[in-house]
Amino acid sequence: MKLTLGPLLYYWPRATTLAFYEAVAEWPIDEVYLGEAVCGRRHELRIADWLALAAMLAEAGKTPVLASQALIESAGDMALARRLVDSGCITEAGDLGAVQLAREAGVAFVAGAQLNIYNGATLDWMVRAGAIRWLPPLELGRDAIAAVLAEATLPIETEVFGHGRLPLAYSARCFTARHHSLNKDGCEFVCLQHPDGLVLGTQDETPFLRINGIQTQSAACHALWTHLEGLAGLGVSHVRISPQAHHTAEIVAAYAARLRGETVEPDWPHWNPEGLVDGYWRGTAGIADPQGQAA
Amino acid sequence: MSALSSPKLVCPAGSLPALRAAVDAGADAVYVGFRDATNARNFAGLNFGDTQLREGLAYVRRHGRELLVAINTYAQGGQTRQWQRAVDAAAELGADAVIIADVGLLDYAHRVHPQLRLHLSVQGSATNPAAIRLAHECFGIRRAVLPRVLTLAQVQQVIAQTEVEIEVFGFGSLCVMVEGRCILSSYATGASPNTAGVCSPASAVRWHDVNGHTEARLSGVLIDRYAPGDPAGYPTLCKGRFEVAGDTYYALEEPTSLNTLAILPELIRAGVAAIKVEGRQRSPAYVAGVTATLRAALDAAARPGYSVKRSWDTALANVSEGHQQTLGAYSRPWR
Repeated sequence: MKLTLGPLLYYWPRATTLAFYEAVAEWPIDEVYLGEAVCGRRHELRIADWLALAAMLAEAGKTPVLASQALIESAGDMALARRLVDSGCITEAGDLGAVQLAREAGVAFVAGAQLNIYNGATLDWMVRAGAIRWLPPLELGRDAIAAVLAEATLPIETEVFGHGRLPLAYSARCFTARHHSLNKDGCEFVCLQHPDGLVLGTQDETPFLRINGIQTQSAACHALWTHLEGLAGLGVSHVRISPQAHHTAEIVAAYAARLRGETVEPDWPHWNPEGLVDGYWRGTAGIADPQGQAA
Repeated sequence: MSALSSPKLVCPAGSLPALRAAVDAGADAVYVGFRDATNARNFAGLNFGDTQLREGLAYVRRHGRELLVAINTYAQGGQTRQWQRAVDAAAELGADAVIIADVGLLDYAHRVHPQLRLHLSVQGSATNPAAIRLAHECFGIRRAVLPRVLTLAQVQQVIAQTEVEIEVFGFGSLCVMVEGRCILSSYATGASPNTAGVCSPASAVRWHDVNGHTEARLSGVLIDRYAPGDPAGYPTLCKGRFEVAGDTYYALEEPTSLNTLAILPELIRAGVAAIKVEGRQRSPAYVAGVTATLRAALDAAARPGYSVKRSWDTALANVSEGHQQTLGAYSRPWR
């Protein structure tokens, strides 16, 4: 089982981001997804910076993967996706447009969770188009993933979103800018003020979702910690940890140790005080927690 | 510049009476779904069985209009055959086109029914020319329905870069999220558009009176709370009032409907091939009213000197969510 670090979904200052990946080079992690996957307006790091980080991490023995934006709409988004495909790195296609660019260039790609691969026929089509790995849609659990793999006829690696706040939705509208009474076009890059996004609670003061620019995430952290033993038998080859502003290093170390067969005492209340959920994995509402509580 | 043809008006029907209402009110095409999970309005009492479908097709044909069949959810692993059979059934019926989102299903339809006209569903989430190119090259799609996230300028750019016909939404409920890329509903309830053809399903909705206020919950999650006398709307997850950093407001989207009457001439000039009305879950009366209004507006917009008539606005405002309307993403400030 290989451990991967998903793309940074939040917008951090340049120095913070560079320092984060300097540290990642020392972590027990096999593959690192890089690049701006959420918003084309975020540019603390430019593509050249991401490529430099990819080279640095490759030097450190990690396999870099460049993630495309999950929503490609403008000509600028498109041009950026083309540069990723042409970079020589493997790319994660988060959008059907990115799949087309990879097909046209004849390069291998990772089929992202937003590509909506819900059945074996679609998965086989992606393999023929050049996919070497896929991420199931985040709402698919253990049994649904098994059903897709049973239906598929071509071999492919399977990566699951193992630990992190779930990216649940994408919009043309920026909800962080809206919260600050700004337009998206004049957003003043307010995402920089929210390194873990902005928690959206219900009127009875229950954390529910998390606003992150044009992306809406779960407030809680999805965790497959209690399900790790069953993954290999299911056909999963890679487990993804999604970066957060604090404690990502401890979380990665804990998962890596578990996967090496060591006994680990994780400090979840400290690392993920927002709480852990695993409902999707068990085939129910994603917000359900490991005790089976609805919210 | 050659004269532009007026876009086709594509209207929803969740039942035979709604289909007749759409045709009678001037729809150029009516879209329908089978009575199962293969369509994205999989609600109890809605949609078409075999007999109704044949009757509906006959009615559409008699009036020289088109029937489109939406098979626009994602085939679920282990049940792919059910979706493929739906495509077979639409082809056998003689539907004018099938509206599909799933890549594997598009591939099947293209291979097994090469004569069948394919439209890429809005749930297929194609927001850029490259994605549409993929569906055109690989599956021969003839039309793509764009998600309700692009600005008017972006719609124009897409049309300029593709040979495929482009259909856009003209009126109806507004998805603030990109269609096909939103699983908020299953996060709260376990069922989503992609897996079950439903969003914020009615079976998960509960209303409670608490200290004089009315609370609307979705699988236990409080979506909105209404003071006495406040009009209460359906608790669609993204249109509730939530608390963010101390402010309670419609943090994602207000209860509002998309209305493009004001920009119809621009959409026609941009070269859109079809304007779609949302709402297979709506009543025949709703379908009749909205179709008649859009028909009148489209006919007027094809002539010089177009302006939105007050009577059209009134007709549409009366059936809009929360009586509010927006140009949505077509207008940049909305974003």
